[in-house]
Amino acid sequence: MAEFIKKERDFVVPGDEIISSMDYLPGRNCLREGNSIYAKRLGIVNVDGRVISVIPLTGVYFPRVGDMVIGEVEDVQSNGWVVNINSAHSAYLPLSGVREFIDTSKTDLSRVYGVGEVIYANINSVVSGNSIHLSMQDPRCRKFRSGRIVKMNPSKIPRLIGRQGSMIMMIKDLTGCRINVGQNGIICIEGEKEDLVIKAIEIIEHESQSEGLTDKISLLLGGSNKPHAPETHKETQEEIQAEKEQEIFDEQEAESEGDFDRKSND
Amino acid sequence: MIIQKQFISGLASRKMRIDKRGQDEFRDITIETGVIAKAEGSARVKIGKTEVIAGVKMGVGTPFPDRPDEGVLMIGAEFSPIASPDFEKGPPAEDAIELARVVDRGIRESGAIDMKKLCIKEKEKTWMVFVDIHILNHAGNLIDAAGLASIAALLTAKMPEYDEEAGTVSYEKKHKKLPMKFKPVPITVFKMSDSLFLDPNLEEEDVTSVSLTVTTKDDGNIVALQKGGSQSLSLEEIEKAFELSLKKGAEIRKLLEKHI
Amino acid sequence: MKEFKREDGRKVDELRPVVIKVGVIEQADGSALVSMGKTTAIAAVYGPRSMHPKHKQVSDRAVLQTFYLMAPFSTNERVRPGPSRRSQEISKVTREALEPAVFLDEFPKTGIDVFIDIIQADAGTRTAGINAASVALADAGIPMRDLVAAVAAGRIEEHFVLDLGGKEEEVTKCDIPVAYMPRKKQITLLQMDGDLSPEETKEVIKTAIKGCEILYEKQKQALREKWVR
Repeated sequence: MAEFIKKERDFVVPGDEIISSMDYLPGRNCLREGNSIYAKRLGIVNVDGRVISVIPLTGVYFPRVGDMVIGEVEDVQSNGWVVNINSAHSAYLPLSGVREFIDTSKTDLSRVYGVGEVIYANINSVVSGNSIHLSMQDPRCRKFRSGRIVKMNPSKIPRLIGRQGSMIMMIKDLTGCRINVGQNGIICIEGEKEDLVIKAIEIIEHESQSEGLTDKISLLLGGSNKPHAPETHKETQEEIQAEKEQEIFDEQEAESEGDFDRKSND
Repeated sequence: MIIQKQFISGLASRKMRIDKRGQDEFRDITIETGVIAKAEGSARVKIGKTEVIAGVKMGVGTPFPDRPDEGVLMIGAEFSPIASPDFEKGPPAEDAIELARVVDRGIRESGAIDMKKLCIKEKEKTWMVFVDIHILNHAGNLIDAAGLASIAALLTAKMPEYDEEAGTVSYEKKHKKLPMKFKPVPITVFKMSDSLFLDPNLEEEDVTSVSLTVTTKDDGNIVALQKGGSQSLSLEEIEKAFELSLKKGAEIRKLLEKHI
Repeated sequence: MKEFKREDGRKVDELRPVVIKVGVIEQADGSALVSMGKTTAIAAVYGPRSMHPKHKQVSDRAVLQTFYLMAPFSTNERVRPGPSRRSQEISKVTREALEPAVFLDEFPKTGIDVFIDIIQADAGTRTAGINAASVALADAGIPMRDLVAAVAAGRIEEHFVLDLGGKEEEVTKCDIPVAYMPRKKQITLLQMDGDLSPEETKEVIKTAIKGCEILYEKQKQALREKWVR
């Protein structure tokens, strides 16, 4: 059996050899050369069965279909809106992506979503990297009328959400704020204790790898010292997506608490 | 055009080329010197359809403060829009700057000209030598053509006369040669399909993604190197490139000697 | 034989003191500072982002742009601001030293911009810049085949000398900057001024490669220091 040169959860930089074995396959952010699998990006090694991947710790946002994002309307065109989604390319929200029927001969589109307004939208399609279409069909989609916007490195968003949404639920509960998280690293906070939420986000961003993060956030927000129990339902799509990437962090944390069976999730 | 590139690299993987040349075979080289009467020295070099003119102009000026007893040599290049649909008007682009600096490294920094002999009066007056490279037709391998034209122009240049009392330069009487010490010749080795070749034509340049220009002098020493292109080379490939360019450099130097 | 002494007392195959700091520019997507002796380079990476200027955009890959700049106060004699022929050539060879390492085809129609500012210059600025840029690219989460490490070597008297500094640049018989991908054993930058036989040239390149291997470990260590508690 081949030995792992870099084990699961180890930190890797581009070019690091993870394992020399044909028994494993290179997954996301990895490549095979000869018998070996190497890291392509800076991040954390993840072993899922026989697939080895690297979970990035940094990088700009690249849209994936199904992502919920927060964007700013940049331009109003005759048949839709151009939206800045904090990515290399702007996205397009066509009229067909809006829930209600709009008669363009009677309605000024800028009165629906005007330049500078902020929306919570769903990535509907991504073609050849730069043609990104949005949709407002998902019930969670909406236009923000108030709130405070903060940015976070998109690769840290899974940590903010937490496993099965545990982290974000805890922050929502303890602060009473309404928080919408865009996978593109934009977060909108509505509520009185928004300062506390921002403080929590800062800690999560800078200490995303540290152990006992949940406790630390709980303490900061005046909750009990016990980790927040994961909710049984998965509130949003991004939380489900975040879950897989989150696991790795949880294991790190949970193992130190000695109560986590990592096979139970498979 | 992908199929054309695939065709060329397919040939290259069998060490063959679209114009049937061998791996280390140049296209026909012609060197003409003294082509510009007004210039102190000049040369037109053709390598296949690639055509370059280098001209030497001289004047008297002040030495650089950090080299008070030396002459001044400046080498510049212009990729005139007449030479290729890809060349644009305006200040020299990246490629032209690189070409001039690679040629400069082979000639000036290597010490091919005895700069001390160009000084007329320390700290005050010295000969200034300007080599300007003008590309007339770009059909590949510009650095080798430009380097060859520049050294040919310098080797055949005649210095104007300087009247120290009047402080004037007379371009009517030219007789003395420039104090040249050796003849650096740049040879560019490029890689296609893991094999090394010399003298790329334009289509081959489109396929290649890495090259190494090796400038050698008469005694077989290397005086300048420049890797170009977006890919990398191994140490073994670099050694092979040294051999290729040393051998071809000596051949071209012989050709050059017929003209001086 | 008399023992050979370098002006700063280093051994022939010893690097100047190296400092690498990652994440020095908060606004950038990735950044790094590299000091080699008195030479200090700062690199910032922005992107992948929308390509400027737009006409340089390429449909099937990202475009890597590099901008090497010397601060006016970085040398004894003030450097005139703005691009010079030298800085434009260095920008080009720096780009070509990094390109072999970067997976540009993963980000079609975007630009990745690398800005390298030399804030203090004492020989080896292009190699310090490449070291900083390579670490900054990794810090920005750009996918790469390997990190790129770079250093110059030369020949003083009969010795092959690593990492020329200060006045050594004036006395060396040659100055050969090399950039290298240690895992791939591939050379991505190779330039030379000087006058050496092919065999000696090869030895100088090998000396530089050994230096690159040491720098490579320091680059990895610096990235770890930022990203692992």
